[in-house]
Amino acid sequence: MNKPIDLSHLAAPKATSLPDINGMFGSFGGRFVAETLMPLILELQEEYTAAKSDPEFQRQLAYFQGDYIGRPSPLYFAERLTEHLGGASVYFKREELNHTGAHKINNCIGQVLLAKQMGKKRIIAETGAGMHGVATATVAARFGLPCVIYMGETDIERQQTNVFRMKLLGAEIIPVTSGTGTLKDAMNEALRDWVTNVDDTFYIIGTVAGPHPYPAMVRDFQAVIGHETRTQMLEKHGRLPDSLIACVGGGSNALGLFYPFIDDADVQMIGVEAGGKGVKSGLHAASLNGGTPGVLHGNRTYLLQNEDGQITDAHSISAGLDYPGIGPEHAWLHEQKRVDYVSATDDEALEAFQLCCRQEGIIPALETAHALAEVAKRAPALPREHLMVINLSGRGDKDMMSVAQHLGEKFGVKPTSP
Amino acid sequence: MPTTSRLEQCFAALKQQDRPALVSYLTAGDPDPETSHRLIHGLPAAGVDIIELGMPFSDPMADGPAIQKAALRALNNGQTQAKTLEMVRRFREDNTTTPIVLMGYYNPIFCYGVERFLADAAKAGIDGLIVVDLPPEHDEELCQPAARHGIDFIRLATPTTDAKRLPRVLGNASGFIYYVSVAGVTGGNAPTPERLENAVGELRAKTDLPIAVGFGIRTAEQAAIIGRYSDGVVVGSALVDCIEHAANPDDAVERVHGLVRELAASLYTCRTLCEVVD
Repeated sequence: MNKPIDLSHLAAPKATSLPDINGMFGSFGGRFVAETLMPLILELQEEYTAAKSDPEFQRQLAYFQGDYIGRPSPLYFAERLTEHLGGASVYFKREELNHTGAHKINNCIGQVLLAKQMGKKRIIAETGAGMHGVATATVAARFGLPCVIYMGETDIERQQTNVFRMKLLGAEIIPVTSGTGTLKDAMNEALRDWVTNVDDTFYIIGTVAGPHPYPAMVRDFQAVIGHETRTQMLEKHGRLPDSLIACVGGGSNALGLFYPFIDDADVQMIGVEAGGKGVKSGLHAASLNGGTPGVLHGNRTYLLQNEDGQITDAHSISAGLDYPGIGPEHAWLHEQKRVDYVSATDDEALEAFQLCCRQEGIIPALETAHALAEVAKRAPALPREHLMVINLSGRGDKDMMSVAQHLGEKFGVKPTSP
Repeated sequence: MPTTSRLEQCFAALKQQDRPALVSYLTAGDPDPETSHRLIHGLPAAGVDIIELGMPFSDPMADGPAIQKAALRALNNGQTQAKTLEMVRRFREDNTTTPIVLMGYYNPIFCYGVERFLADAAKAGIDGLIVVDLPPEHDEELCQPAARHGIDFIRLATPTTDAKRLPRVLGNASGFIYYVSVAGVTGGNAPTPERLENAVGELRAKTDLPIAVGFGIRTAEQAAIIGRYSDGVVVGSALVDCIEHAANPDDAVERVHGLVRELAASLYTCRTLCEVVD
């Protein structure tokens, strides 16, 4: 057996210093909100800064991460998929095994603990695919707080299982019909609720977007993914992974995995946007590959918009990626060229979805399937020594109806006997 | 040559007459470009002192359903930032006294290009800007550049703006202060009268700028009560609703100008009448 080598220099990532005190990642981020909300987000920032160095807060967070969410999530060697692709060694960071079936709860637990600490009496959230809504409804139930979830009408239609889950958990779901009835409109409505109920309400934003401190705060709560991956890879292979791959809508699962590796120049990072019918078709949700900088929902970032600054519709088979913006830190990492942002189409995601089901016995979320599509493109050309980690950010139970529809399967119809 | 701005002249004249300004909000291009032009053009004659013209935005987070729908009507009929500026230029052909303040969100201005927008706005005859999602923390984005173009940056103060924060909010403010009467979106709940009067009083102790009050003011009666102690009363959603409920463009113009006349009449006499009543 090899003599154990000292890995302590790799165990803890270097501290990255962004955002600055104004919440800027270079020219992205910021606090572009109405004056009514400014005092609230300044207060939140203070509370969050205090919580970061409060041992009691950190103890509680660790407790719930372990006993409630079920962390750490395994770093699993996807042996059959690796064999099938015939190249890089593919590892799954199993976030789909978390309580509620996705990475979203990592952030919700953190924010609900803050809400309790701040004495807030009511929780609101927006949701697209419903995973953040379910995670929020879950923690609200656990902490005995009333919860209102804003969800676009279009998304309610395609995510009925999650709507029912939220109801079971005691949340009130408000269908959003304004705009296009998707995630961005749900976020507008949640912001309108917040500005109206400033005294008692805590808004749990589900991704690394929104006004400062949300992008940094959500990232920090999700960074547990990358921290664990680091430790687990060091345990398994005595070195850091070579590449990290994650899907990007708002970008919280990706940043959670990437962030603790940002300063490790040898670790390659790939974010996969939803390419819809193809970035050239105009029907996509790829803000970095097909958008331009602008200001929406409290931050400056890349947006899907027309030349007059009007936000345009995103399109994706996956409701969770169907957002015309992206977290501001991703916009910065894109411009810095630290992360390579690519896209996968609806069809590529569907194919990778089925590949994962059959090769690994794991039904991934359609969001995650976009990252799997990139794995399938990249892995074959790489040697087996290449350690590739994909964030398996969510499970696909919620997507059964839409996948069935796309594959031409009908529910409730008996298979005809030959 | 130092000149006083249209907004300063307007508030000075109103002070002489001892009455508050009627500030009307309409979305530019709502319901269509030509009707919108007729609506705006007729506002001063109907009794409006200051015109607030909304720059439509697809995602107006601080607005309630009425103004959201107005923005969509305008955008669906092809309204753009350039057309909004052109509308003001056309208005200025025969009105050089009524102040016009553009109100909206930052993104359409950012995408137009800040410097280009300010130059074009100044040329068109814009007097001020109200940009909801630019708090003082981002003054370098637009507030300071606007000052260099001689365009006022009208700041919103709200019920959540506390004493500690107020100096920052007032810091680079010019033109007038827009006091948001309730925490919420436009067209929402009506403010509580006593709390509102106190809030305006507290604000007045900290600034020499005129104070206009808006959000949730729909009727001549409400306007008259607030007009007793504020320098201006802003009515938006109630006017925009007139457009939504109108049968046709002529009806929209009649309804909007009708409500404006009612509001103006009530503000003309609100201070003298209440003295009699007192």
